[in-house]
Amino acid sequence: MKIITVKNLVKTFGHIRAVDDISFDVEEGSIFGFLGPNGAGKTTTINILCTLLAPTSGHASLNGHDCNKESAEVRKSIGIVFQDSSLDKDLTARENLLFHAYLYNVDKSERKKRIGDALSFVDLEDRADDLVRKFSGGMKRRLEVARGLIHRPKVLFLDEPTLGLDPQSRANLWEFITELPRKHAVTIFMTTHYMEEAEACDNIAVIDKGKIIALGSPTDLKKIIGGDIIYIKTDDNKKAMSDIKKVIEADVSEKDGEIYLSSLKGDLCIPVIIREIGERVISVRMQRPTLNDVFLKLTGKEIRDETATPEDNIKEAVRSYRRRH
Amino acid sequence: MEFNAIYVIVVREFKKFIRERSRLFSAIARPLLWLFIVGGGMSRIVPAGEGVSYIQFIFPGILGLTILFSSIFSSISIIWDKEFGFMKEILVAPVSRFSVVVGKATSGMIISTIQAVIVLGLFPFIGLQLSFVQFFSAVLICALLGFTIASFGILLASYYESYESFSVIMNFIVMPMFFLSGAMYPVKLLPSVLKIAAKANPLTYGIDALRNVILPMETGRMSSDFSIYSDVLIIIAIAVVFVFVGGKAFERKQ
Ligand SMILES: Nc1ncnc2c1ncn2[C@@H]1O[C@H](COP(=O)(O)OP(=O)(O)OP(=O)(O)O)[C@@H](O)[C@H]1O
Ligand SMILES: [Mg+2]
Repeated sequence: MKIITVKNLVKTFGHIRAVDDISFDVEEGSIFGFLGPNGAGKTTTINILCTLLAPTSGHASLNGHDCNKESAEVRKSIGIVFQDSSLDKDLTARENLLFHAYLYNVDKSERKKRIGDALSFVDLEDRADDLVRKFSGGMKRRLEVARGLIHRPKVLFLDEPTLGLDPQSRANLWEFITELPRKHAVTIFMTTHYMEEAEACDNIAVIDKGKIIALGSPTDLKKIIGGDIIYIKTDDNKKAMSDIKKVIEADVSEKDGEIYLSSLKGDLCIPVIIREIGERVISVRMQRPTLNDVFLKLTGKEIRDETATPEDNIKEAVRSYRRRH
Repeated sequence: MEFNAIYVIVVREFKKFIRERSRLFSAIARPLLWLFIVGGGMSRIVPAGEGVSYIQFIFPGILGLTILFSSIFSSISIIWDKEFGFMKEILVAPVSRFSVVVGKATSGMIISTIQAVIVLGLFPFIGLQLSFVQFFSAVLICALLGFTIASFGILLASYYESYESFSVIMNFIVMPMFFLSGAMYPVKLLPSVLKIAAKANPLTYGIDALRNVILPMETGRMSSDFSIYSDVLIIIAIAVVFVFVGGKAFERKQ
């Protein structure tokens, strides 16, 4: 069943076309990823879907309700983790969750239990009564995810959930997110800059300058890029190349003294190759396709690096100023 | 109306108020400074009329000042909530904007009434005698006025996005509201242009109602400007309009 349908959605701010005629569906119980550089229109799309913005034209519906006209119904069915934290830092973790539970009219008999479960689910039980301003970035993110699930939404929106986290917390949070559909019967709609994260999605839409430039499963997308690239150096590249061709169906060629080939499942190819030409191999390395490669292929330009805008820096400075005073 | 939502919005505001001691301190210190320094000083040059000294005359005005600042401050916190993202948590919830406005206005009302009651408790020190009925009516009026001013603050906050606007609101809206409210001088003595401005100011009616209750006099320089009934009716009417318009202002999407 389709839980989200978007048809010819357009959103303009003055002369900026933030979302430019996009259409897609999201299957219930799946993880859908929105992949794109800064300013692509990811957050704008989420804001329309979660009823905070009205579209300029086109349609978006969620759980059978129009996101613009039936705001109240849509709001009941969604949970959301915004790109910028929306916790109250002057309240404790538990108080933030309690606020949420009252706001969503969670039954009195259920409130305590759900909050307790949510806190243990994200491993924050011992910090439950600390003010949120004392939390690390990763803890805040986890708390926000827990909060988004308190009222048992049908769809959970995650706008760059791993932004600003170190690799380890990113991996932890990510593992946790991918388990959500199974554990909580929820559909995940998320945005990201990272190809590795997009890989765990069931479907991905690549968006740039408000337009969807590719749509499909990670395997489909990798086909566009050509998959992983494996580089092999041997003592006799000519002979090795013909041996590799015997065991693997792929275009194998030589460049700068290295054999290279692209494969959709590079990690599985390497053992096969090694088994065949084992002793002769000097070095092997594999390059995973990155979002950059998708972009390069589809738009002919590099994806901009994820950097904070000056405005973000100012906001952060003001926040830390307020924290200190 | 979503009572759970209104309740939790009030509880949050109240918890934050209690945790922020400096806010309570300045909220109490400000009226004391005005009352004893300005009031005490001016009493020397403004002669008492009909047995009411100047410091007694401005006492209702100082209560109005207390409510004005704490109610506005409480509802202006909406701008902070927008700036620091918490507002989105509220706006995306299945709660009508009307309930959000009522919740915020009720928070402002409760917090400012608490402070006003503390200031009101000073009446014996300025030589006033209040009966229980007078005291109780004054508290009721404070609550009513607190709600109205808070809903006005919410309407203001719905049009401002960032905290830079805070000082603009304080200097160009809140201070003029105070000076043009009959707090420091009777509205009937103002030049006619200012009189019009004072009559368009909700605070004027709140302070006038308090003066009616605390310093009941039929006539004279220091007497109230309007009848208590019209004062109360006007405050209630303004609150209804502000809550309605504020709810609409929040409802609009870009
Ligand atoms: N409220 C607004 N007013 C004017 N322009 C806006 C507004 N919100 C977004 N935009 C513009 O719309 C475009 C898309 O912005 P959006 O926030 O959706 O991008 P994004 O894909 O979420 O980017 P990021 O990865 O940086 O979060 C940008 O050019 C942005 O400047
Ligand atoms: Mg964004």
